[in-house]
Amino acid sequence: MMTMHTLPKLIELEVGQVIGATEFLLTRDSLVRYAGASGDFNQIHYRDDVAAAVGLPGVLAHGMLTMGAAVQVAVDWVGDAGRVIDYQVRFTKPVVVHPTDGAVLIVTGTIGAIDAEANTVRIDLEAVFEDAKVLGKAQAVVRL
Amino acid sequence: MHKKLFSLFVETSNMRKTRRVVNINVQGKKYSRTATYSVGREKIREFAHAVKSTSPVSFDVFAAQTAGYADLVAPPTFAVVVQERSLATVLADPEADIDFSRVVHGDQRFVHVRPIVAGDELTSELTVASVKTLGAHSMVTFETQIFDETGELVCTAISTLVVRGGE
Repeated sequence: MMTMHTLPKLIELEVGQVIGATEFLLTRDSLVRYAGASGDFNQIHYRDDVAAAVGLPGVLAHGMLTMGAAVQVAVDWVGDAGRVIDYQVRFTKPVVVHPTDGAVLIVTGTIGAIDAEANTVRIDLEAVFEDAKVLGKAQAVVRL
Repeated sequence: MHKKLFSLFVETSNMRKTRRVVNINVQGKKYSRTATYSVGREKIREFAHAVKSTSPVSFDVFAAQTAGYADLVAPPTFAVVVQERSLATVLADPEADIDFSRVVHGDQRFVHVRPIVAGDELTSELTVASVKTLGAHSMVTFETQIFDETGELVCTAISTLVVRGGE
């Protein structure tokens, strides 16, 4: 099944406009799945004993999983994963994933800048876990 | 600081004590190209699913081709899979002497010339862009250029790792 997605029109956009928000549930299953898909098998992402041994508060989500999930807010808005041409984040806080409850990541996308000449829009992403931002300077430039 | 570490983290964390955490002279060093990475459709689907994507162009070949792509489109962070292969060469380099037991992922960026699509045959070339010292810590920035089979640049992945100083 496929639905046609209409591309946002640059002229109708303004800086500060919220383009979407998504709640992601990151469970231990999500971490195992991401480990397999990415090839990052660091044990701090699936073993409580190892996480504790290196002084962590618990098993952590891969930073790259948080980064990869967060950008989906921009991808969904533009309707095409191939239109994200530049994406950067800073990892500011770890996401601790509870063994049964997981971790809820709330991502909100806001228009940060509009470049009419290049026909691109910068989406600023805010990723919040337990009332604290876990990504800094999370910006995705999308081509319209 | 987010502890996104590499697999060697755990194995090495208790083996090394007081020593330098990175060789500053490695700044500017360029590592040789990695072996070819063949991007497959099922790998793209698997990765897209793992990052909780529902973008049709990453799952449905018809949707991808309708949108003008040759094949399935990889999610924007997929290049990390290729970048990791280059980072592995740095890990194995005694000259760089990076103590990966002390590494945390500081920041990450992907600049795409074009999206990665299924069928791409990619190689990557990593350069140590900078090594900075901040008190007891070091910040190492790696720049990995990813090329397709025709030699065209597809993506530049920039990764800054923070190496915590010894206590």
